[in-house]
Amino acid sequence: MLKYILQRFLRALLSLFIIVTTIFCLLRLMPIEGYLGPNWEKMSKEVIAAKLAAKGLDKPVPAQLFDFYKALFNGDLGKSWIYRENYPITKIIMPKMAVSARLGAMAMALSLLLGIPLGASMARSKGKWPDRMGTAFVVLIQAAPSAIYFLFIQMYATSGTGIPMLYNARAPISWILPIISLALPSIASYGMWMRRYMVDAINQDYVKLARAKGIPERSIMMRHVFRNAFVPMVQLVPSSLLYTIMGSLYVESIYSIPGMGGLLIDVIQRQDNTMVQALVLIFSGVGILGLFLGDVMMALVDPRINLQRKEESR
Amino acid sequence: MRMKNLFRKGAVLERMAEGMTLQLERDLIDEKDGLSAQESQRLAPSLFEIGGYNEEMVEATGYSNYSYWRCTFQAFWKNRVARFFLLSLAALLLFTLVQPYLPNQMGPAEIFNFEDGTVKRNLAPNSEYWFGTNAVGQDLWARIWSGTRTSLFMALIVACSDCVIGIFIGVLWGYVRKLDGVLTEAYNIIDNIPRTIILILISYIMRPGMVTMIISMCCVGWLGMARFIRNQIVMIRDRDYNLASRCLGTSTARIMNRNLLPYLVSVIMLQISLAIPSVISDEVFLTYCGLGMPKAIASLGNLVEEGRKVMMSPKLQYQLIFPALVVTFITVAFYMIGNAFADASDPKNHV
Repeated sequence: MLKYILQRFLRALLSLFIIVTTIFCLLRLMPIEGYLGPNWEKMSKEVIAAKLAAKGLDKPVPAQLFDFYKALFNGDLGKSWIYRENYPITKIIMPKMAVSARLGAMAMALSLLLGIPLGASMARSKGKWPDRMGTAFVVLIQAAPSAIYFLFIQMYATSGTGIPMLYNARAPISWILPIISLALPSIASYGMWMRRYMVDAINQDYVKLARAKGIPERSIMMRHVFRNAFVPMVQLVPSSLLYTIMGSLYVESIYSIPGMGGLLIDVIQRQDNTMVQALVLIFSGVGILGLFLGDVMMALVDPRINLQRKEESR
Repeated sequence: MRMKNLFRKGAVLERMAEGMTLQLERDLIDEKDGLSAQESQRLAPSLFEIGGYNEEMVEATGYSNYSYWRCTFQAFWKNRVARFFLLSLAALLLFTLVQPYLPNQMGPAEIFNFEDGTVKRNLAPNSEYWFGTNAVGQDLWARIWSGTRTSLFMALIVACSDCVIGIFIGVLWGYVRKLDGVLTEAYNIIDNIPRTIILILISYIMRPGMVTMIISMCCVGWLGMARFIRNQIVMIRDRDYNLASRCLGTSTARIMNRNLLPYLVSVIMLQISLAIPSVISDEVFLTYCGLGMPKAIASLGNLVEEGRKVMMSPKLQYQLIFPALVVTFITVAFYMIGNAFADASDPKNHV
């Protein structure tokens, strides 16, 4: 296992290098006017050249890339160009990430706590009333465009309950609605998949055998059905948890939460290259780590899964 | 000599057996139908005649004409809710195709004016404009059907490519250990290059429009499907029956087609049924970020986004409700169909 982890780590470093380099080169394909800000048509050639030189854009791309990696190895992500001019990127991102991650982690805990029991109870009463009610809930949440029901939640839940419309870091009561909004879609999807996996597991022969042996229904559900059904869910847990630092565009914009949601899209559109590079580096690190942790978790939960390649095997 | 004896012995045995079965049959009839001995005597004697030896019948082997997919479809068709949604979805699709050719339809991009030249802006639904008009003065009825057509067409293409590429790569990624490293890193790389950059760069090269959207969505859409399939395959690849197949030298392609994929039909079906609605909601999201289709083309993403902007004024909420209803209906229909199909695909539920 240790060898496998080391291999994955080295490969991950290579991937990170490829991703960041690709992004770096792609960003250099963006039109030059984007870097100059408004009124660029009126600027003289000297001003334009000076502006580009200040950002290091006058050098050839390989030289720029070399400078970037040199700074990166010294632990310096650089300074923002446009989003907040000449402000260190780490100082911009860190507080935002903390906000998003805190809300996201709470929402995720809520959705795991509600979604998995929801799916499990739906599967146990397949075809009966609890199942139909649960299906109706899942279908509605999945079907209605989330941009819309988030707004409805904000509109109707704040009137009369005393919950403020907007997020306030100091008043935890204002966190409730964003957390619920973040959790609802994942509750539905956890419930849906848990139901599917459990229904498939209930039809297996080993469950029939367990029933024939007279094992109580409760422990059949826990030991035989739930444990098998939970394995595919486990793979996604680490990545969803890590991805919470990316925030949610919809929720954060309607409650005006100072989080990460939409930051990447925003800085890409404004061509703040240093910010884009830093964000892509962080997000891809997190994404790669999430996939890896998911694999490890899966192998831990289900001992039949073997990730390594044996000699001479396919 | 010996053979002859054997034959004779056989013939005797046969006759004895016949006599026994005859008696047995009569007994059985008595017991089952509650006939008295007299009544059973009255039954036609031809019923008890020996059928004789028929070589063809002896050699005939029984087989059942069970076909997996036919039984799956039969089980699916028995589900009334799913049947309803399948038929109404087909009707919706047909209607969006036929609608422009119906009489008295307005163009989706046409702007309507009153006789004095002012634009027919934000008219509530009435007898002329069934779903009202939007902020620019276009007919929402025409726009919704044209948008549904555009979005469904796009969603079908993207979902098909997602499923084909996603399942193919996912199975290889999960099963073939040699490819695991390469595909994991390829996934990491493609997944982590922000779609926004790709979309912006593509829109510099190509005119923004449906083709651009389809291409950019196809480029990244298969990733989720591939990861999903791969996780499923990793779970079952070392189960005993696959190990046995490998030991017996079954080829990799056959293991994939015969051992792995049939096991996953139910979850794959559910995932596929969610692929089309997720393309539509993806489009809504991209439009929300300002990266969607140009405003001139009616699509469900554009319509929902237009409606969302005016939803705060109660008089204009009809502009949101109609497109949202269409999106909701499509998603619900696909989800119900997918779930019913997943239930039907389990051979243990087949009769």
